[in-house]
Amino acid sequence: MSDERLDVRKTYKLLINGAFPRSESGRSYEVTSEAGEFLANAAQGSRKDLRDAVVAARGAQAKWWASSAYNRGQVIYRLAEMAESRRAELAEHVALAEGISTKKAERVVGRAIDRMVWYAGWTDKIAQVFGGANPVAGPFFNFSLPTPSGVVGVIASQDSSLEAFVDAVLAPIAAGNTVVAIASERRPTPAVLLGEMTATSDFPAGVLNIVTGFTAELASTLATHEDVDGIDLAGVDTDAADELSAAGAASIKRVFRPRDIDTASSTRRLRAFLETSTVWHTIGQ
Amino acid sequence: MTDNTVANSNLGSLEYDPAPESASIARIKTSYGLFIDGSFTEPSANEQFVTLNPATEQVLATVAQASTSDVDRAVAAARHAYETVWSKTTGAERSKYLFRIARLIQERARELAVVETLDNGKPIRESRDIDIPLAAAHFFYYAGWADKLDHAGFGVNPQPIGVAGQIIPWNFPLLMAAWKLAPALAAGNTCVLKPAETTPLSALLLAEILQQAELPPGVVNILTGDGATGAALVDHPGVDKIAFTGSTDVGRLIQSRVAASQKRLTLELGGKGANIVFEDAPIDEMIEGVIDGIFFNQGHVCCAGSRLLVQESIADEVLRRLVRRVEQLRVGDPMDKNTDVGAINSAAQLARITELTAIGEQEGATRYSSSCELPEKGYWFAPTIFADVSQSHRIARDEIFGPVLSVLTFRTPDEAVAKANNTNYGLACGVWSEKGSRTLWVAQRLRAGVIWANTYNRFDPTSPFGGVRESGFGREGGRHGLEAYLNV
Repeated sequence: MSDERLDVRKTYKLLINGAFPRSESGRSYEVTSEAGEFLANAAQGSRKDLRDAVVAARGAQAKWWASSAYNRGQVIYRLAEMAESRRAELAEHVALAEGISTKKAERVVGRAIDRMVWYAGWTDKIAQVFGGANPVAGPFFNFSLPTPSGVVGVIASQDSSLEAFVDAVLAPIAAGNTVVAIASERRPTPAVLLGEMTATSDFPAGVLNIVTGFTAELASTLATHEDVDGIDLAGVDTDAADELSAAGAASIKRVFRPRDIDTASSTRRLRAFLETSTVWHTIGQ
Repeated sequence: MTDNTVANSNLGSLEYDPAPESASIARIKTSYGLFIDGSFTEPSANEQFVTLNPATEQVLATVAQASTSDVDRAVAAARHAYETVWSKTTGAERSKYLFRIARLIQERARELAVVETLDNGKPIRESRDIDIPLAAAHFFYYAGWADKLDHAGFGVNPQPIGVAGQIIPWNFPLLMAAWKLAPALAAGNTCVLKPAETTPLSALLLAEILQQAELPPGVVNILTGDGATGAALVDHPGVDKIAFTGSTDVGRLIQSRVAASQKRLTLELGGKGANIVFEDAPIDEMIEGVIDGIFFNQGHVCCAGSRLLVQESIADEVLRRLVRRVEQLRVGDPMDKNTDVGAINSAAQLARITELTAIGEQEGATRYSSSCELPEKGYWFAPTIFADVSQSHRIARDEIFGPVLSVLTFRTPDEAVAKANNTNYGLACGVWSEKGSRTLWVAQRLRAGVIWANTYNRFDPTSPFGGVRESGFGREGGRHGLEAYLNV
């Protein structure tokens, strides 16, 4: 008998409406490390899974937006706390998925968690920074409030399995949107881990939904879904992004594509899925 | 349901003497070229079309049809001006050019108002008191931003995008030109503007004003033409940004056509605005506001309050008063200072309104149209209210873009919000109630870019305007309006 204990391996599942189902299609696909070692059999999400996720996101959106900005900030901050306590595990996955050293992966995880904190602090600043009173010429009180676009589809970066994923999903969520994300096809496990952490972070069911699978199979369903208000195309190449962007025109989707002006301090991602609602009210006795 | 004794009261039949504004101030030329690189030039293909007075069907002027090669010339001029002049002009200097333009519009306000009314068919009272003053105010407002962009909230030293292609509709011709040009120029872009086919004249007058302001050649180019000109501008590889105001169908087309380019895009599209009336609304103001919400500018307003949602308890009373008020609207000569409702802008638009209202009757809604006499010549449509409308009716779903109001009812605030949001559009809504907490509760839940509470159809250069969902994206007006023209 060997002294070594046989490890218990995890099944990597989808995150839809706060639950962790396998794909309704029953499919999975093999995920390997950058070095080619077997890592996991990830759920190969189907178009149906994606549509279910959109239904969940739509169902959660009004309530998420109706909760106080303070509350939304605390929920996102709680995610940072959960991630902080599991830094080593995240780093291990990032290192394997991205083929970088553990040391480098630890720095990636650190930045990703700091980003969570950044967005946690944004929730109750958005209205003040992007809204305001407008001095109209007339007896009206006029103010502009930023409001979420609604349901945002994220096709996450294929390369940056955690850091870019955090940015892509938390920017719209901080702004009051709910999200359906397609994780990196070859490097999905850090995103799946993050999804699991939302279950212990008071994230209401449906606010963040994560589907793993083949991007090429899933992306067009997200881009053409009539109940998706905006889409982030970070995880597809230029040709595919052109095509998906054109498909989104059918329902006048807000489309976010990475640009060279994007920096860590840029608010472009936050603004990408924010609307401005302007209210005029008469002033009188 | 209507009270004919009230509808036919003395108040309803008061006669006014004609009070026409003089058309002589307009000084419209017989023909206009294209405004490219600071001067009027002939179109390369020498194609022209006429613009009519929709109230009389008389020809006002012949204008040039810009071809693809004219678009090339205009974009090249805009690019050259951007690289050699405008990007090197300081914000403070750009600011002063815009202030000049604002002042020149004010100085020539009456002339512009008359031209606008002749070309568009809108009442002179509206072009004189709303369109033109707001256009001047828009330039005045953005003039002040040109040297303060660091403070606009998009980070320090925000840069312009480059050459902006701008396509505007026929319902507020000069005002839409101002909405497009003023923020673009303040942010440091150069422009190629295409006014609508049926209303090119005020933009051509604006070109003269730009000359008087000595705006450097090529900073603004104005191309008259039809949809083909617009398409050439949208597709032009030398354009960095497209801003479009018009129908959602054309917006879809433009969005898909620029998808494979690096062009930035903002869209201000159609709407089917809900005007929600609660039983505690201030009734006199509300009736005027509802009337203004749909019959202002003949209903040729993307944010028109074309769906009235009235609380069931007061629905009969509201309908009775609306029908009476419609009967009192003065419909006719747009040049008459007492006219409330002018001419429909074009034969094509009149055909669309006529078709949709016929469908309204076929689908079972009850029609009340003003019994006003309509002039024999020109394009006219009597102000119309439909009662007994259900949410599935075409007249409750489609943008009619004419003087046609659909009346629906609701019982609870929740139902009002659900019905108001039951549309793919999301441009504007109205809420009428004396209870502020409920108004704000409703406003929070409406999916719309603009919400008017106890008022409707108010516009101001400081106030962001634009839609959510299929009413488009991006804002015009206010600090927010700068974002559309900055590389941020």
